[in-house]
Amino acid sequence: MYFLLAVAALTFLYPFYWMIIASLLPESQIGGFGIIPTELTFSNYLTMFSKIPIFRSLLNSSIVAVFSTTGILVFGSMVGYALAKMTFKGRDLVFFIVIFTMTLPFQITLIPNYILMVKFGWVDSFAALIIPALNSAFAIIMFRQVFQSIPNDLISAARMDGCSEPRIIFQILWPNIIPTIITVSIITFMTSWNDVLWPLIVIRDEQLMTMPQLVTLFAVGGRSDAQLGVKLASAVLLALPVIVTYLIFQKHFISSMASSGIKG
Amino acid sequence: MPYLLASPYLLHLILFIAFPIVFSVLLTFHKWNIISPMEYIGADNFIRLFHDRLFWKAIMNTLVFLVIHIPLQIIVALALAYFLNQKLFFLGFFRAAFFLPVIISGVVVTMLWQQLYSFDTGLLNGMLTSVGLPRVAWLTNSKIAMVSIAIMATWKNVGLYVILFLVGLQSVPRRYYEAADVEGASSWQKFKYITLPAINPTIFMVTILSTIGGFGLFIEPYIMTGGGPLNSTLSAMLYIYKQAFEYYHMGYAATLGLFFAAIIMLVVVIQKYTIEKE
Repeated sequence: MYFLLAVAALTFLYPFYWMIIASLLPESQIGGFGIIPTELTFSNYLTMFSKIPIFRSLLNSSIVAVFSTTGILVFGSMVGYALAKMTFKGRDLVFFIVIFTMTLPFQITLIPNYILMVKFGWVDSFAALIIPALNSAFAIIMFRQVFQSIPNDLISAARMDGCSEPRIIFQILWPNIIPTIITVSIITFMTSWNDVLWPLIVIRDEQLMTMPQLVTLFAVGGRSDAQLGVKLASAVLLALPVIVTYLIFQKHFISSMASSGIKG
Repeated sequence: MPYLLASPYLLHLILFIAFPIVFSVLLTFHKWNIISPMEYIGADNFIRLFHDRLFWKAIMNTLVFLVIHIPLQIIVALALAYFLNQKLFFLGFFRAAFFLPVIISGVVVTMLWQQLYSFDTGLLNGMLTSVGLPRVAWLTNSKIAMVSIAIMATWKNVGLYVILFLVGLQSVPRRYYEAADVEGASSWQKFKYITLPAINPTIFMVTILSTIGGFGLFIEPYIMTGGGPLNSTLSAMLYIYKQAFEYYHMGYAATLGLFFAAIIMLVVVIQKYTIEKE
């Protein structure tokens, strides 16, 4: 049993190990599948740095992910709160629409949304990457669910004290729903960080590209001169921030993604 | 006040979902490359779609991918979850290891597997030749390439489904199995009559999630094969992307997008219906 599981674990871990080692080997030595390398070099990384603005793309991806995650947390909890704790005309309709948009395949809106970006003049700007990503049906549903579990007394007491609704949401309720905030943050950050189709469509300027986009174009384009080590070096740098974050917050990652059932 | 709280969402909804759906329907009746004015062409886009062999091939390719990927994913995930459920040491380690590819960008996973699948220098062919087996043309044989992509996708996603199945398996009370042992039930009987009914909802969820995810198959063939060899890995999403952003056939691409989305919804509804019935 342990043997089988160890083989399985190796199947998932060894390829990453191989990739990291291969990116550190001189081009002529890549190809074998040994365990311990004899000669390590950073030359692949230096070549890659001179060819693509990889650190700029790291910054771009971070900016986009931080802004869209913040937007989703703020707007998502506002709508979730209204749906859970307020009564208003059309509430059921809004909730129905949220559920409906969640099941709507993105293939319908992809092309018209690109045309919108063109008409707004947002192609080749962060606006195209951030603004359409500021809301998420998934986040609204998560927030609605957790707010429903909060006792009404807490909210009426706060209203009695003269708290405005935004203050109730962000100052009184948020500290009580930290696990949900972590879950939504991890999912939306990962979704934003790993998205590559939309950036490929709306960003052409290399200085504005997100990291997965830049690495993708480097991998399929001719600029890596078909040098495997250089390509793999860019892939390692793309994976590294996520692996490090995962090693630190591993339990949160697993429970968040399992509870949402959404792929990264 | 509630309307004020919901207004950012509603504005977003109108702009980026409602308007695009309406606009998409409008586009299907037009020929347009964004630059020159829109040209009304009636139902020509739909007629073209039905005669577009490459589009139907792309749909078939995507279905082939799903038919290999989903059962493989369920079997592997269930097997790994079953082993993990045996009250083992290092459970956390194994779980974390299986989960690692789930969080890594598909771009990295695809670049990595492109090397593992390499005909001359790849790890997989290296292992095959070292035990005396012939090399396999993982990505260059049009009959095998989509299978290779489906295996890779399974490797990437299966960790998530291991966790979901593990949750399902842990929800089965131990005393059920103990009672079955008293009755002298075989392992297979226990699996069939106790385990399977308990994890049925999970199987359902895994099927739906991988179907929706699988229909979006894009970056893997985009990086690995460009849709080849002989268009055997051209996924529907990759074909739509090419129509829209390489040839700038916006009207036609919107028609394909709408039609493809309808197929996705139809397949998911059929799955829901069949599984609920059983």
